[in-house]
Amino acid sequence: METLVFQGLVGLSVSMYLWLLAAGLTIVFGVLGVLNFAHGSLFMLGGYFTFTYYGLWGVDFWLAIALSLLSVGVVGYFMERFFLRHIYHMEHAYQLLLTFGFILIFDDAVKMIWGGVAKIPPMPGFFEGTVSVVGRPFPVYNLFIIGTGLAVAVVIWLLFEKTWWGKMVRASASDREMAGAIGVNIPTLFTGVFVFGAMLAALGGALGTPVRVVAPGIGAAMIIQAFIITVIGGLGNLKGAFVGAVIVGTLSAFGILLFPVFELFLIFLIMAVVLLLKPQGLFGGG
Amino acid sequence: MKTKLAILLIVILLALLPVYAGKYAVYVVIHILLLSIFSLGFNLLFGYTGLLSFGQAGFYAVGAYGCAKILLAYPSLLVGILGGVAFTGVVSLALGVLCIRHTRIYFSMLTLSFGMMIFSLAWKWRDMTGGDDGLVGIPRAPLEIPGLFSVNMVPMENYYYVVLAFAFLAIALFYRLVHSPMGLTLQGIRDSETRTACIGISVRKYRLISFTIAGLYAGLAGALLPPLESTVTPPLAHWGHSAEPVLATLLGGIYSFSGPIVGSVIFYLLKDIIVRFTEYWQICLGIIVVVLVMGFRGGVASIFKRKGGRP
Repeated sequence: METLVFQGLVGLSVSMYLWLLAAGLTIVFGVLGVLNFAHGSLFMLGGYFTFTYYGLWGVDFWLAIALSLLSVGVVGYFMERFFLRHIYHMEHAYQLLLTFGFILIFDDAVKMIWGGVAKIPPMPGFFEGTVSVVGRPFPVYNLFIIGTGLAVAVVIWLLFEKTWWGKMVRASASDREMAGAIGVNIPTLFTGVFVFGAMLAALGGALGTPVRVVAPGIGAAMIIQAFIITVIGGLGNLKGAFVGAVIVGTLSAFGILLFPVFELFLIFLIMAVVLLLKPQGLFGGG
Repeated sequence: MKTKLAILLIVILLALLPVYAGKYAVYVVIHILLLSIFSLGFNLLFGYTGLLSFGQAGFYAVGAYGCAKILLAYPSLLVGILGGVAFTGVVSLALGVLCIRHTRIYFSMLTLSFGMMIFSLAWKWRDMTGGDDGLVGIPRAPLEIPGLFSVNMVPMENYYYVVLAFAFLAIALFYRLVHSPMGLTLQGIRDSETRTACIGISVRKYRLISFTIAGLYAGLAGALLPPLESTVTPPLAHWGHSAEPVLATLLGGIYSFSGPIVGSVIFYLLKDIIVRFTEYWQICLGIIVVVLVMGFRGGVASIFKRKGGRP
């Protein structure tokens, strides 16, 4: 029982990185109709920027995170404004290919700038230490991650449900042309949504810096996880992405303990089964 | 006429390659031939049928592991290669039945997940696949038909001719296939599924055939690998390896017969050349991909061939 609770908490904290990652991917897909293969690379960039600002330059931890979000937002702006915008009308395959090209570019760019070795910056002092959960030490930082993930979920919900911008986004997600006809500036809105998604990925990457390694190639590893989650939850479905992230995060926390050999296989099996039986995702309506 | 002469010239150059070129060149050309076979199959699915697969490396690995297992147990080259291909045919037919239920992005995701399942089997099923060490010590067994003949395959030049023969056969068959009514049917499905279905063609059946043939080609390319390298490892099945035929095809041109072959040559040489100057060859490749998608979707082949095909 204690193992169950403890491992569940570990799984939940892993889930929160995955949730931040998948949220941006699924929002961008839901609104723009683009499956961004390079979304994991934006997560990676978030980590590298935070490492630079906080780990190398000694900027305050919170400020470093804010700066990384801004930096990745700028990268996202250029991707959308100068590349993706021109191929919205084309088949999905080309969007996958274009963003795949970006994975290659980002991967080598970080190697050029930061070198090929994995980086682990120090943990900010106020997050060091552990609290006792069911009699075992649990890192304070993981609790902070769980809190942040939940808070972001609430903020996104408020943003889409309660603000004017959110209404415009939802309107153009359900009918692009109609929204444009009643005066929504679709190109600008799309840029905004893409930048927002990029910043969510960056937040995941930035928050991961003190505990996860920052290394070239994690972008490619993360995007596959994000694909699995968004497929399980339903492409473009935000609620589904949250549940999907919790499922995958928990499964990998318990999977490593219970069936280490087939954990990876099982996750892809679930993805395939969901695609075959319920392609709109476990939580997709209609 | 001009094209026929050019093809004849290329065939002669390839046939005489071991005479005038060194071992390394032969090795490189073998790899280019493998990638060409791999990419041709991929393009039957993508360029002709309109389905973008991100799991072709899975079938490549099935062919490679299948051939390796056979060669380790029964060292006969033809048995190994044909056995590996046959095994891949069964696997791709079985997975094809499932995968072709979807199109577009869902198809890509489905093939990705099946490909990665094969990867995780290769990686974790240690008893069968050797786990992350892979299978080692695979013999380059003699090419023999008992009672008829037996050719020693240990010199790489000899094995080169086996690969060349398989590649010519695969390319010729592919040419026949895409210029047959079936090739046109597949292109019809790509351009308009509804219209093709309306004239009484079973879209599913043809997609399944296309998927299986693509799998067979990947399996053939894979089965030709273990005798060359004498080892197979899990990364062969990883989606990163699935990206290779995608890139090669995109480079060469999606809507032409020779695109994947031209692309494979460019892809391999580009990699080989850029790596000599800088370790950052991926960024060059990435930039090329972005430029191609933004402006030249016909690939290199379309620059030379202006008529026919879609832009």
